Amino acid sequence: MDLNRTNHHRFDLKDGKLVVAHILVAFIALLIGGIAGLLQTMVKSGTVKLPYGIGYYELLTAHGILMAIVFTTYFIIGFLYSGVSYTLGGKLLPIVHRMSWLGFAFMTAGTVLGVIMVLTGKASVLYTFYAPLKASPYFYIGLALLVVGSWISGWGIFWQYKYWKQTHQGKLTPLFAFMSVVTFLMWQIATIGVAAEVLIQLIPWSFGWVETINVMLSRTLFWYFGHPLVYFWLMPAYICWYVIIPKIIGGKIYSDALARLSFILLLLFSIPVGFHHQLMEPGISSFWKYLQVVLTFMVVIPSLMTAFSLFATFELNGRAKGAKGLFGWVKVMPWKDVRFFAPFMGMLIFIPAGAGGLINASNQMNAVVHNTLWVTGHFHLTVATSVALTFFGITYWLLPVVTGRVLTPRMNKLGIIQTIIWCVGMFFMSGAMHLVGLFGAPRRTAFTTYEGNADAAAWMPYYVFMAIGGTVLFIGVLLMVYNVFALLRAPKGVEEYPLGEAMESAEATPAYLDHWRLWISLSVLLILVAYTIPLMDMITSTTPGSKGFITW
Amino acid sequence: MHIHKLEKIWLTIGITMLFVFLAILGVSAFAMGVKPPSEHHHQLDPAKVQETAPFDNPGLHQIGDNEYEAVMTAFTFGYAPDKMEIPLGATVNFTVTSQDVVHGFAIPGTNVNMMIVPGEVSHVTHTFTKPGEYLILCNEYCGGAHEYMKTTITVR
Ligand code: HEM
Ligand SMILES: [Cu+2]
Ligand SMILES: [Cu+2]
Repeated sequence: MDLNRTNHHRFDLKDGKLVVAHILVAFIALLIGGIAGLLQTMVKSGTVKLPYGIGYYELLTAHGILMAIVFTTYFIIGFLYSGVSYTLGGKLLPIVHRMSWLGFAFMTAGTVLGVIMVLTGKASVLYTFYAPLKASPYFYIGLALLVVGSWISGWGIFWQYKYWKQTHQGKLTPLFAFMSVVTFLMWQIATIGVAAEVLIQLIPWSFGWVETINVMLSRTLFWYFGHPLVYFWLMPAYICWYVIIPKIIGGKIYSDALARLSFILLLLFSIPVGFHHQLMEPGISSFWKYLQVVLTFMVVIPSLMTAFSLFATFELNGRAKGAKGLFGWVKVMPWKDVRFFAPFMGMLIFIPAGAGGLINASNQMNAVVHNTLWVTGHFHLTVATSVALTFFGITYWLLPVVTGRVLTPRMNKLGIIQTIIWCVGMFFMSGAMHLVGLFGAPRRTAFTTYEGNADAAAWMPYYVFMAIGGTVLFIGVLLMVYNVFALLRAPKGVEEYPLGEAMESAEATPAYLDHWRLWISLSVLLILVAYTIPLMDMITSTTPGSKGFITW
Repeated sequence: MHIHKLEKIWLTIGITMLFVFLAILGVSAFAMGVKPPSEHHHQLDPAKVQETAPFDNPGLHQIGDNEYEAVMTAFTFGYAPDKMEIPLGATVNFTVTSQDVVHGFAIPGTNVNMMIVPGEVSHVTHTFTKPGEYLILCNEYCGGAHEYMKTTITVR
């Protein structure tokens, strides 16, 4: 395999600085977001009252933005750039290097501006910023800068990939780089929705240049982006599972071609599905809701493929090491290696997390859980555990690799402890959220008894469990942040970039998988089918729009 | 591209189950009418809710034999009418809109759960077969006192 050739060289330390900068911002966001998260669980359970006039919804807005947008996006860009630099020539092109720093500058300016607006109470609109709640225009400008910065970084990846292909005619592109391109292609297509919402609708309206806003249109544009956002978190985790984990366990990638195919399917089926977040709202006919529900479920196919590939890798690796029987492979796994253990726990938790997701998207069944704490419990399993633990697991080798240091046994051990703490905390917090959500407890709601209502009173014990879980999780956040800084001071040395290779028996990868024009056209076609008619309906609606409201 | 025999079996079973499941959702939605709520297309000027029928007269209106229409408006931070009494066993068609921002409308313990979007009218139907006091709460963030937004209905 061509991958062999690119293996075993040292990481470019200049590119390493870029990676470290992104990872550091990600973990600072995790720390501040974690403080907000802890306070939220305390408030909800009635344990504390917020002092100094801090409001619950300011905290919640900050938590949502810092965790779901800032932590994830910075980590993803740092991680993908490391793999792109390493596999596509061992060094970023000077222009790509500059593009990435420019993207970083835009994103950081946007984040700082946005967070200041939130913390000064000018944008308590939560991370979904639904109109006609009207935040300060500078909040929306901050968001726009964040998105544009991520575009610039994405274009850098495309540039490096294109250059590599031109200089390696007829060669198969490295799997890591291919997957990074699919991830950013998806991001590029998906963020057009939120960019349109922010630039065309929200900014002019919040400055007062136009008086009213088309609320249904803004919600639809938001969710056109909002669901692919979750795949944007997931695909880098899949990169780790597909490409990194096989190497760490000493095995091989099951099939390069199937891995690429599943990423293409994720690209196609992650975007035309936003209505499954709008099932309970008016203004969209049941036919279009159902159509998008069907498209949503198509993602089951690449998920089945992924599950098969991963377990095939585990099983074949086990056999190669002499394991016998159905579960013999379990014994030969490197359980004491945090680079494996943390992502593996993430994978394992993805099974119940995914099952919950199927329930959420099930058309009429959504009525049982919509906007209850069940949903919050669900995405604390998906993004805050499956994805976050995978990202944590990556951090333990990534930071040493890009700074020319080594992962010490002590750091490895702290990593294992951190993983266990996270799983225990999440078991309590997310478990309680799921259960109390089924009883109808609303999400995004500060402490309340609804004037002593009996139903609401029965939810309190679950809120206490949430607070216990939240406290454990917060300890996990602190330990993780400590680990990050300790890794940056680890002894100098050479840590290997764990990049998997495909099995010798695996067949050649078909060239059509690299036909981007085909995949982009198909993706656009599906989007047009799913969205054109309902969107036209909203745009041509003669209903007067809404003026803005500041209700906090 | 070669796909392993076991993977073919795995994918075939998985994808077949998927389509059976989607067919069940489709049949129950379109042949049996168990759709998500609020598919209606019915709009009004969000700034003129109180002057627009039927929202100029919120309340419970009998429309048939033990069947009622509950016309309600949602606003920061409450619902009109404030309280309602419903006869046991009655079927109630809720017709709800918002006077300002987006709100939620959920009755814990039932499947009543929908979004109230300004400019749009949301509909849901429920038959109350058990007596007691039911909480209607807002489950979409709507502002600083969102957690106080509720009303109650009494079924007897
Ligand atoms: C110390 C760890 C954490 C704690 C204690 C925590 C706690 C919470 C709580 C209690 C809520 C619900 C508040 C409500 O609906 O009223 C919440 C919401 C949320 N959390 Fe976390 N969380 C933690 C970590 C994370 C992580 C790592 C992520 C993502 C990477 C995350 C993403 C979110 C998101 C997106 C929301 C929804 C915000 C909204 O509804 O607007 N959380 N969190
Ligand atoms: Cu979704
Ligand atoms: Cu509310």
